[in-house]
Parts: sequence; C-alpha cells; structure tokens
Amino acid sequence: MKQFLYLIVVVLGFTVAGCSGDSSDDEMRPEIPDGGGNGGGGGAVEFDRGAMLAHWADFIIIPSYVGFLDDFADVNAAFDTFRGQPDATSLENLRAAWLESYKRWQWISMYEIGPAEQEGLRLNVNTYPTDTDLLEQNAASGSYDLDLPSNRDAKGFPALDFLLNGLGDTEEAILMAYTDGTSGPRYFDYFEDVLTDIETRVQRVADAWVREYRDIFVANDGASSTASVDRFVNDYIFYYEKFLRAGKMGIPLGVFTGTPAPNTLEAYYLPGIGNDLFLQGLQAVQDFFNGKAIDGSGTGESLASYLRALNTVKGGEALDEVINSQLNMARDMVRSLQAFKTEIEENNPPTDMLLAYDEVQRVVPLMKVDMVSAMSIAIDFVDADGD
Amino acid sequence: MIPAIKTYLNRSTETAPLAVFRIFFGLMMLISIIRFWAYGWIEKLYLEPEFHFSYYGFEWVRPLGVWTYLLFGVCGLSALMVALGYRYRLSMVVFFLSFTYIELMDKTTYLNHYYFISILSFLMIFLPAGTYFSVDAWKDADKRFQFVPKWTVDSLRLLLGIVYVYAGLAKLNSDWLVHAMPLKIWLPSKFDVPLIGPLMGREWVHYAFSWGGALYDLVIPFLLLYRPTRWVAFALVVVFHTLTRVLFPIGMFPYIMIVGTLVFFEPRVHYRILGFFSRLLRIDAGVFDNWAVLRVSSKVASRLKLGFLGLFFAFQLLFPWRYVLYPGELFWTEEGYRFSWRVMLMEKAGYAQFRIVEGETGRWFYVDNSDFLTPLQEKQMSFQPDFILEYAHFLRRHFETTGKRDVQVYVQCSVALNGRLSKPYIDPDVNLAEERESFRHKTWILPFEDEIKGL
Repeated sequence: MKQFLYLIVVVLGFTVAGCSGDSSDDEMRPEIPDGGGNGGGGGAVEFDRGAMLAHWADFIIIPSYVGFLDDFADVNAAFDTFRGQPDATSLENLRAAWLESYKRWQWISMYEIGPAEQEGLRLNVNTYPTDTDLLEQNAASGSYDLDLPSNRDAKGFPALDFLLNGLGDTEEAILMAYTDGTSGPRYFDYFEDVLTDIETRVQRVADAWVREYRDIFVANDGASSTASVDRFVNDYIFYYEKFLRAGKMGIPLGVFTGTPAPNTLEAYYLPGIGNDLFLQGLQAVQDFFNGKAIDGSGTGESLASYLRALNTVKGGEALDEVINSQLNMARDMVRSLQAFKTEIEENNPPTDMLLAYDEVQRVVPLMKVDMVSAMSIAIDFVDADGD
Repeated sequence: MIPAIKTYLNRSTETAPLAVFRIFFGLMMLISIIRFWAYGWIEKLYLEPEFHFSYYGFEWVRPLGVWTYLLFGVCGLSALMVALGYRYRLSMVVFFLSFTYIELMDKTTYLNHYYFISILSFLMIFLPAGTYFSVDAWKDADKRFQFVPKWTVDSLRLLLGIVYVYAGLAKLNSDWLVHAMPLKIWLPSKFDVPLIGPLMGREWVHYAFSWGGALYDLVIPFLLLYRPTRWVAFALVVVFHTLTRVLFPIGMFPYIMIVGTLVFFEPRVHYRILGFFSRLLRIDAGVFDNWAVLRVSSKVASRLKLGFLGLFFAFQLLFPWRYVLYPGELFWTEEGYRFSWRVMLMEKAGYAQFRIVEGETGRWFYVDNSDFLTPLQEKQMSFQPDFILEYAHFLRRHFETTGKRDVQVYVQCSVALNGRLSKPYIDPDVNLAEERESFRHKTWILPFEDEIKGL
C-alpha cells in the first residue's frame, strides 16, 4: 500500500510540474547547459545549438548592424554635401550613397528579433509604398513626429526614395525642389530628420545587441518554442515568405489580388533597383542559411550544417543542398529579368516574372515544411495539446 | 444464450473499482476543462477563428459564440457531478453529449485522446458506477449496491486494452520499427530535457524508444490483467506516461491513463483508495457496504443493453481496420486514419497554396491563408485532404459572395512525411470546388511513390 501512495504522490507531483510547464511560454523550464549531442561514436546527432547562436550573433548579425551603420555615415556625409551645394553631382552622389545603404539594409531586415522586434525596426525603416501625400504634408507643415506609428509610411528608405527620385519628372525638377527658396529648406529638414530617424533606430538596436541581447540570445539555446533557434527560424522564414517573396515580388505582381500593382514595388521611384534590392535580400538569406560570416572570413555553424548533422542519423536527401540549389535557381531566374517595373507594366500577364516568382516560392515549402520538420521546430507556435 | 456467456454475465464483483474509476474520471475531466478554459483555449480555438473544420456529417455542430463558455461550464459541472456520483446517469449523459459536442465543433483540434474520452463516457452511461460511494447511493438505499456484474468492470478494462493494443499494432510498420521514424526526428530536439536530454540525440535511443513503445502498448494490458505482474505493469505505466509527458506536449492524457489503469487492480486496492477519500471527507463509508448485489436482469431492456454494448465493442474492434478498404498508403492519404489509436506515428507537415481562378475571365490570384485560418488551422489543413477540400469549398463560397463568378479553386500542396523530402500532395490541375466530400477514395491525392510496410 505504501508503494501505491508513493506512486500517487509521484503522479501528482508530475501533474503540478506538467501544468506549469504547459503554459504558453515555458520560461519556467529549467535551462540545462546544452550538451549538444555529446555522444561519442555510434549514430548520434552532434550539434551544438549554442555554438550556432554564437556564430550568428558574433559573425553575422552584429557585424551586419555595424556594417550598416558604417555605410550610413556615407549617406549622412553625402547629404551634408548636397545640402551645402545642391547640384546634379552632389545629388547623384547622395543617391548612390542612399542606394548603397538601402542594399545594406537588406542584410539586416530579416533580423526582426529581440531589440529589432521591440523597435519595430522593419516597419519603421522600410514600409512601402511611401505615402507621398502625408510626406508632402509633413514637409510643408514642418511639424511632425516621426515616432508616431501614423508616420511610418512617410519615412525610412522609401521616403528617401521619393525625396531623391520622385520629387519631379526630371533631374532638373528634382533639383529645383531643393533649390527653391520655400520648399528647399523644408525638404532638406525632412530629409535630415528621416536620416536621423533611421540611424537612431538602427543604432539603438545595434547597441542593445552588443550591450545585453547577444548574451541572452546565445544563452537561450534550448529547444522549447521560446528558445532562440526556434523563434529565430520562425522569424527567418516569415521574412522570406512575407517580405522577400510577397513584399518585393508577389504583391507588385498582384498574385494575391489578381491585379498587378507596380506602385507597391520597393524603390518605386528608381526603376530597376527593385531587382537589386530583392537579390541582395535573397543573398542575405542564403548566406545566413550557410552561416557565412559577414567579413568573408568563412563559415560557421548554420542552419545548413545543422541539417547536415541531423541527416547523419536521419538519412535521406541532403536537404541543405536541395535548399541551396533552389535558392540558386530562384536567383538565376530573377537575374534574367528586366526591371521589375518594366516586367509588370509592359507584359500582361507578366509571365517571366511570374515564373521567377514560382521559383522563389518553391523555397518556402522546403524551409517551412522540410527544414523545420527535420529540426522539429514548430512553425507559428500554437499552444495546444498534441496526440 | 451460450451457457458460458450466461454464467459470465451473472458473475458479480465489487463495485469499488467502478466507483474509483468514476471519481478519478470525473475529477480528471473537471481539471481538463478548467485547464482548457484557463489557458484561454476556448477563445483561441473556438471563438477567434472565423471558419471551422467540420467532421463529415456533423457540419451542423458549430461553436456557439459566447455560449460556448456555457457549454464548457455544463461539461465541467457534469464532470464534477460524475465524480460525486450525484444523479450519475443524467450527469454522464450530459457529460458525454457536451464533451462530444465540443470535440465535434472543429476537427482541427482532433486528438485520439479526446475521442477516447468521448467513447469512454459513452460506455460509462451504461455502467452502474453510481451505485457505490456516491451521493446517489448515500441518499437512496435502493440505489446502493456493493456488488455489480463483473462485465461492467471488465468492459472498462477491455476498452483500455483495445486502446493500448491497437496503438501498439499501429506501430508495427517499417517507418517505426526499421527507421525509428518519427522519433529520430523528434527526440534529438529534446536535448534540453533534464537528466535524459543528452541521450536524446543518440540513434540507439531512438530505436530503443520505438521498439520499447510498441512493445509496451502491445503487452501492457496483459501484464495488468495478470496478477503477478500487475504492480510491475503499473510502475511501467507510470514511467511510460510520465516520459511521454516530459517529452511531448500531450496535456492531461498521461494522467488520465495512469489513473485509468487502476481499474485493473483487485477491489482491495480500491477499498483502500475509497478509505482514504472517506477519511478526507470525514464520512462513514460503511453505509455503502450493504452486501446488495446488482444483477443482470432478464428484462428485454437489459438484454438490449447488453446486445448494444456488444455491438459497441464490435465496432471498436473493427472500425480501426477500415483503412484497408482504401487504396494507397494510409499515412499519406489519411483515409481511415482517425479514430484508430494511431498516436504519435507521423512527423507530417505540409504547405498549401490555393489559387483562385475566375472561370469567365481566367483571372487568378493566390490566397493568403492567414486571412481566413488560424496558424493551428493552417498547419492541420496543409497535410490532410479532407481539410483541404473543406477549405477549398469555403474559399469558393467566400469569393462568390465577393461578386466573383464561376470560382475555381486549385491548390499547390507539398507534404513531407517522416523525414522524406516534401513532394506534391494534391493534383494541382483538379478544381477542388467541383469535388465532393464522401467516404470514397479521393482520387485527386497524388500517389505516395514510396512504401511503408506493415499494418
């Protein structure tokens, strides 16, 4: 009988433990230092999630922010020159610096986790299409608060795109806007405020990473739905699906509405650039997948190496290769396109771009189904019981 | 009636095991309902979604808006009444109906465990579990029976046995036994579980768990039935279910099974448990020990009841085998997969992109599933054909109400099963808006092109 009572106690104990472990974010779960697959010999998954997180943070994510901010200094400098002497050359230089920085942005846009998530960085820096009426209104009145959510579609890179390329139909007209005695100072002020807004936000995020989040991120190396890897992979795929695939190609193509909407292209006012920005984003995604260090010093633990480690036990096809070759295929198809705007506006239906979109799309199930399935990561974690 | 059966049906046993089962069942169900409510799942699973996936033939069962809370309230209350043994039969009927209604509201949340609770509560309606250590028996001496027909206790053991053995049989396939799938996928991600975490990446552990799990399911009912192994078996039950609880998010089920298997013990143990409750509640349980015996009456109604329960068990034994009537691989098509104790057998995931075509103009566009489905619904929909079809019909209705004519619905769907690379699942050229749901084989499911040997 004693043994029976003992069992009841054990069961009740687990019930209590189980109930608390069930809550949506199991932060109560004790964190055990990651043993990886520290088994020797035999078939065993040998992978250290902590090492992967450290590599991501130290060699990819933080350097990407730092690199972006370095580049952004050039934009500021070019702006100062332009403001001091607004002419065709300085405008062209500023435009080049902006474009360079916009490309750099594609390498940090996907890291919407931790500080960036808190900052709402992507929303604040790259919401497009930009609301030109609101922008003009803000610039004309001179009284606006760029911290307001309502101003998100009147700032960031898309606003700069309009200010650099959309203020007139010709170079002269654009320059006129800045040299005009009334509108000039307003546009300059607005331009400067937008630059400051971008820089401040990215700086805040980069600082937070260095100051504290890096360690939090790396230490959270467990396997629960709130662990860094699980959450990051979700965000990563979400970025690919919603922002790269849909935002840069799908929505302008009208694949979700049946009506093409070229006005929703990224960098709409500088045609031909949308392709570049997409390809930068795609390369960033692929390099991240393969764990390529930003400084070109080589590769470290990555989603690809994780898949290879899992495959040593699971067997089957090399998923990392399948994903890489599909990404390559997508890139080749997109590279062969004319400017997105031209493709969409001059073809009905825009068959070539739709075919390219299909290749971009084919990556989604590979990541969202095969990869997360192999890693046993829940997509869009839902807190409910399983069988 | 065959004499042996007649003799068996006339055998009596103590009611105590039934009473203990009733009390634990009621309490467990009450806790489950409270837990479900407290986690906000009523809101999240039944009130927030604008669309619900129905079981074929049960399309009329829908969430009741805010009244859904009342439904859960009724269900919880009836569970409590079952535990107390207050108006037992009525409470049991109410519990069965309310619980089953809840489960039928949306098949997205289908779990074998819920089905188990439904049929178990259905069976319990017919068992005299309220005749001992209950409010009913306390208040009315005429309803008090210390002894009941042995078959009533045995029927619970049989149902538990079926669940275990069928779950074991379902594991006798090449993916589970030869490839240790899907545990080979699931276990390595459990590296952060206390104590055993570091072992979870090793291949031999995957095989040990696969074979051990199958063996456990197949033999545990017999070890529980056989007296000399009973305590060992119960210890195994506790270890097994605790392990599954630690490794997988399976909610209350392990506890329900652990207390459920107590029904295999001899009455002595149950008297001890009831004695414990008596002391706890400061009641004199002696009043229940009246030596009264509830006999199987020879009335027509009673015979009908027995016949009906016979059919019930025949159904339970046969229904899981219906999959053999369908062509193709069961794990792939899932035709005949549910209600068959196939638990934790598959790592299956899919991705479904629906294309709406306006027949007249040929204009087309893709659907953003998150416009209509919750993440859980989208996940479940993406790899189950009946979900895909039902959703396609919903999409057609939806876009027809927005003024589009002759709406055709196509899907590009990829599914990965047990570590195989994902591949096309549904014929992308079939207009799903024109396909009808039925129990017939769905010809628009693309072939698996692989083989999983075994049952």
